[in-house]
Amino acid sequence: MLHIINKSPYDRPALDSALKTGEGAILLIEDGVYAVAKGGAEEAKIKGAMGKFKFYALTQDLEARGIADRVMDGVTAVDYAGFVDLVAEHKTNQSWL
Amino acid sequence: MKFAILVNEGPYTHQASDTAYQFTKAVLAKGHEVFRVFFYHDGVNNATRLTTPPQDDRNIVNRWSKLAEENNLDMVVCVAAAQRRGIVDEGEMKRNGKDATNLAPGFRISGLGQLIEAGIQADRLVVFGD
Amino acid sequence: MTTKQFMFVNRKAPYGTIYAWEALEVVLIAAAFEQDVSLAFLDDGVYQLKKGHNTKGIDTKAFEKTWGALEDYDVTKLYVDGDSLKERGLTADDLAIPVEVLSRADIGKLMEEQDVLLSF
Repeated sequence: MLHIINKSPYDRPALDSALKTGEGAILLIEDGVYAVAKGGAEEAKIKGAMGKFKFYALTQDLEARGIADRVMDGVTAVDYAGFVDLVAEHKTNQSWL
Repeated sequence: MKFAILVNEGPYTHQASDTAYQFTKAVLAKGHEVFRVFFYHDGVNNATRLTTPPQDDRNIVNRWSKLAEENNLDMVVCVAAAQRRGIVDEGEMKRNGKDATNLAPGFRISGLGQLIEAGIQADRLVVFGD
Repeated sequence: MTTKQFMFVNRKAPYGTIYAWEALEVVLIAAAFEQDVSLAFLDDGVYQLKKGHNTKGIDTKAFEKTWGALEDYDVTKLYVDGDSLKERGLTADDLAIPVEVLSRADIGKLMEEQDVLLSF
């Protein structure tokens, strides 16, 4: 399943909630991309979850927020076309609003 | 593949409408079909033609209208949510005794059944919200 | 008409925002369209089900009557995340209607089985 998260983990527990629920792929968009900036308090948690989830972050949102140069290893940056591909690839998707 | 898109937030206050727009464009660019874009909650506010954003900023409403026109998109605004928030077309104006309409081009007001139908007919439904 | 499995994922508390209320309106329409409807309550969404909402003071419609309507529409698959209840000091006895309390993992499995997942 594709889990789409659009809020910063420092603001809302949406990412935590998604991490507890199943496996598959996590796509961070909008303010959600802050989760994969290196050196933050979330880093250990995300690295720990990489066994269960494949992590993606939307390039345009990383760039907008000036953090495209500090994305954690193991996270794949995708653009809007890649976002579409991810949705097409997964039978179900859940936006953790 | 057929996509349906649900937009739950209005223009500018949340990034949701922007992301939904960029996503919808990317869906079309990849050669997929957009079955419907449905606007719910404050998302109905994407359909007022009365916005005047600053000249140097993107015009979210017009952008949606243009995308719909160029790609023959079906953009539906939920009638119940529209009534609550004051998005009005000719029919709603007459039905509810209002003195004006404000619906932007490319949008139509209809029931939640259109959202359910989109869920049924599309292969993928993606929700953009807060 | 095709029948698909629609799951409504409710994660927001009632009244502070309109999402919970307007989500319910979609549930009823999905049921009227004879779709296979289930509701999952996670995180603050569990507060929607709490008994004894008295909303006169905030001049807002209360939820409890609408839960009754669900049964009339044959919407009986209501799943509540046990951890979300516990975190909030609630038990199934605090809830206004009968629900199935599941683990987060089981709710996750149910989510994977759906055709359409709607969040608000």
